[in-house]
Amino acid sequence: MPQSNIMPGFRPTMGFTLFYLALIVLIPLSAMLLKTLRLSWEQFVAVLTHARVIASFKISFGTALLAATIAAVLGFIIAWTLVRYPFPGKKLFDALIDLPFALPTAVAGIVLATLYEPRGWIGKVVMEVTGVQIAYKPLGIVVALIFIGLPFVVRTVEPVLQELDTAMEEAAASLGASRWQTFLKVILPNLLPATITGFALAFARGVGEYGSVIFIAGNMPYVSEVVPLLIITKLEQYDYTGATAIGLAMLIVSFLLLLLINSLQSWLRRRGGQL
Amino acid sequence: MQKPLNSASKYGTPQALSDPRWLRYAAIGITLVIIGLFLVLPLVTVLIEAFAKGWSAYAKALTQKDALAAMRLTLLVAAITVPLTTVFGVSAAWLIARFDFPGKNLLITLIDLPFSVSPVIAGLIYVLIFGAQGWLGPWLSAHDIKIIFAVPGIVLATLFVTFPFVARELIPLMQEIGHEEEEAALSLGASGWQTFFKVTLPNIKWGLLYGVLLCNARAMGEFGAVSVVSGHIRGLTNTLPLHVEVSYNEYNFVAAFASASLLAGLAVFTLIFKTLLEWKQAGKG
Amino acid sequence: MSIVLSNISKQFGAFKALDSISLDIAEGELVALLGPSGCGKTTLLRIIAGLEQADSGEVHLQGDNVTQQPVKNRQIGFVFQHYALFRHMTVFDNIAFGLRVKPRKERLSETVIHKKVHDLLNLVQLDWLHDRFPEQLSGGQRQRIALARALAVEPSVLLLDEPFGALDASVRKDLRLWLRHLHHELNVTSIFVTHDQEEAMEVASQIVVLNHGRIEQKGSPSQIYDRPANDFVSRFIGHTNIFDLAHDDAGWLKTLGLVATNPNDRIAHVRPHHIIVEKPTSAEAPTIVLQDWQHLGATIRLELNPDGRKAPESTIYAEMPNDRFHELALNRGDRVAMKVKQAHWFSVTA
Repeated sequence: MPQSNIMPGFRPTMGFTLFYLALIVLIPLSAMLLKTLRLSWEQFVAVLTHARVIASFKISFGTALLAATIAAVLGFIIAWTLVRYPFPGKKLFDALIDLPFALPTAVAGIVLATLYEPRGWIGKVVMEVTGVQIAYKPLGIVVALIFIGLPFVVRTVEPVLQELDTAMEEAAASLGASRWQTFLKVILPNLLPATITGFALAFARGVGEYGSVIFIAGNMPYVSEVVPLLIITKLEQYDYTGATAIGLAMLIVSFLLLLLINSLQSWLRRRGGQL
Repeated sequence: MQKPLNSASKYGTPQALSDPRWLRYAAIGITLVIIGLFLVLPLVTVLIEAFAKGWSAYAKALTQKDALAAMRLTLLVAAITVPLTTVFGVSAAWLIARFDFPGKNLLITLIDLPFSVSPVIAGLIYVLIFGAQGWLGPWLSAHDIKIIFAVPGIVLATLFVTFPFVARELIPLMQEIGHEEEEAALSLGASGWQTFFKVTLPNIKWGLLYGVLLCNARAMGEFGAVSVVSGHIRGLTNTLPLHVEVSYNEYNFVAAFASASLLAGLAVFTLIFKTLLEWKQAGKG
Repeated sequence: MSIVLSNISKQFGAFKALDSISLDIAEGELVALLGPSGCGKTTLLRIIAGLEQADSGEVHLQGDNVTQQPVKNRQIGFVFQHYALFRHMTVFDNIAFGLRVKPRKERLSETVIHKKVHDLLNLVQLDWLHDRFPEQLSGGQRQRIALARALAVEPSVLLLDEPFGALDASVRKDLRLWLRHLHHELNVTSIFVTHDQEEAMEVASQIVVLNHGRIEQKGSPSQIYDRPANDFVSRFIGHTNIFDLAHDDAGWLKTLGLVATNPNDRIAHVRPHHIIVEKPTSAEAPTIVLQDWQHLGATIRLELNPDGRKAPESTIYAEMPNDRFHELALNRGDRVAMKVKQAHWFSVTA
């Protein structure tokens, strides 16, 4: 539908939107960029190649990748169950999925730490059964990031699954496909883009996550120190150069992830249009 | 708009689509365990820990001076940021949903940008501008204006992290509603403001309210960005989430979880409202 | 109120929606803008309303140049294709809207508004629905409420965008006549957009045929039907048989009574009821075979196949009254004689 050009308010909303966007987002972000430009390339590289920085990037990306993968699998199962299988209390559980979105990260952080520490309710059981300690280890970070990432996957897969025309599956069945074949050849290809998008969203959020991670991580340099924490540590030591350089590297990663997610989503929309 | 008929969810699973019983039970089992361990248990734990030493310890933890100061600051920050983000959200949604212009997709991406920036970086950028070693630092200290490690910095960081919240709710909603009703109002002689208040606003009010609530939940609960710019000055620049952190790190678990219970209550309230809204809309359709 | 459009053009990107449209509409007319989809008719209506700006050209309402005036100053009533009723307001509040948004000085008192709204509801015969919400109404009811809402501000021009487009066939029939009668009663200059030639013929006092952003013809329904200005109008309005001197033998056509009057004429359009079918009088008459026939109610449609013109697209359609067909007592496969009573000749412009 062509947009009508008689609608009032184009100039004021355009003016205010751009002004506010520049003031709150663009100018501060470019300030950081300019700040980094003052560093020489050698300085920049020196900061980023410091062993502790490399270790923290490895930890942040490794845990975020692992957590997003687990969240993608679990989220897929949860979305499938919530859409396809009837069971009592379903609506309530469905509503709860968004809790990690709404719960302040500091609250999530201290609760997860309390539950998963070696003396905590879950931590103790896991420790006794498997001998594995979760909290204050990189594994703790993974647990916190699964918590944060889960709703991203469920909420991206769920609507696609709801819109998925079951007639396609019936057609597959009528053509002689087994349920498993139908799942692999009909259902999965239709849900995969949404699952990947959910995974990417969870990963992007996980890489920059701070609040829910720091209480459970243990924050040992080289072992369980995430990048955002390292930035704060540098700031507290008045190492602005270090903080800025690491921050810029993180920002570039965020941009790339945002770009990836946007193209994934438009791909998803185009595919959706074909259904 | 006709939704494709999803027979599975509406009328039970048709014969051809029924999965083996073991698979169904396994999937339901996994779902319940995950939701139980990850979502229900944490909520319960907050309450158990908050009341671990009884009701009076809970009440005392919430009424001590620093806790009250943190609550006041949190309310103040929300009172400043939520209206600003709301006005911005409505303006941006009107612009994007009602007009076509070059660069619209770029604008949408830029509005979403704060979602994908780590909260720590959101704090860092303001430190780099307003901090003691930042660009405006010397000028600010010469004029005795404090932004970083003070309330203005907290407000700025919160404005950044809540930036897309209202716009994101409204843009798809307004695009779906379309502009015919607004054109009808204009053709009947209504002014731009009359059209907005009498036609647009009643149509988007629930979505707007939900966006405002989400924005409010984030404004009151933001931790990472605020933690960078606040300086953790007790009684002055500690918001409620920072008060939770400080109390927890001092092993004052009752105080930490008492404050956390307030924030968790806010989250649960937001979720309940969202669910009611969805049920209301589902009932309509 | 009279409407004068001069040289209206409008472009959407590379697509020319309207190409220098000029049009005079006299006061009190009920005009149909008729054309295939994409011909620019809705765009033209929206430009008259002020919902769209023309790239060039002028709109005059009652002699005033309103080209630069916003929609709210034009005193028009617009009925939207999907009605655009305010979904959060009752029927009553919808109709009262235009009266209530007037500046305080011009605004009527609530009592007067109340009376006016009920008068309008009575006019559209839906007073009993005044406290319903739009989603509780049927399509036809919504359509009439949208009309009452547009009429509430006492517009001097009423513009309707595909007013019957979203309705069921049976409701559409009733509403067409109702609209025509309502127009007689109110005598407000009205323009409606439609792609349905039958609807335009039935409802309008004047028809403007549009194609590719240009006006093909303007005239009363009988002018349009009986004297189509060109090939396009003739094809678009009603059914027609097409004979082309490029393919059809002039001698053969002559025996049917089809003779070009002008040297440039090449194509003849013949309405089905202008073809007279009779029992063959002599053996020398050209061989025309009755291939099939269909019952259309009061008339019968005959499918005729001339010998030597076997291709399916060469079938000639004729119509005759039911009684006449029974008199002739024809069967499938019978040879018949045919005569053309009247034809429209067009020269071919590339």
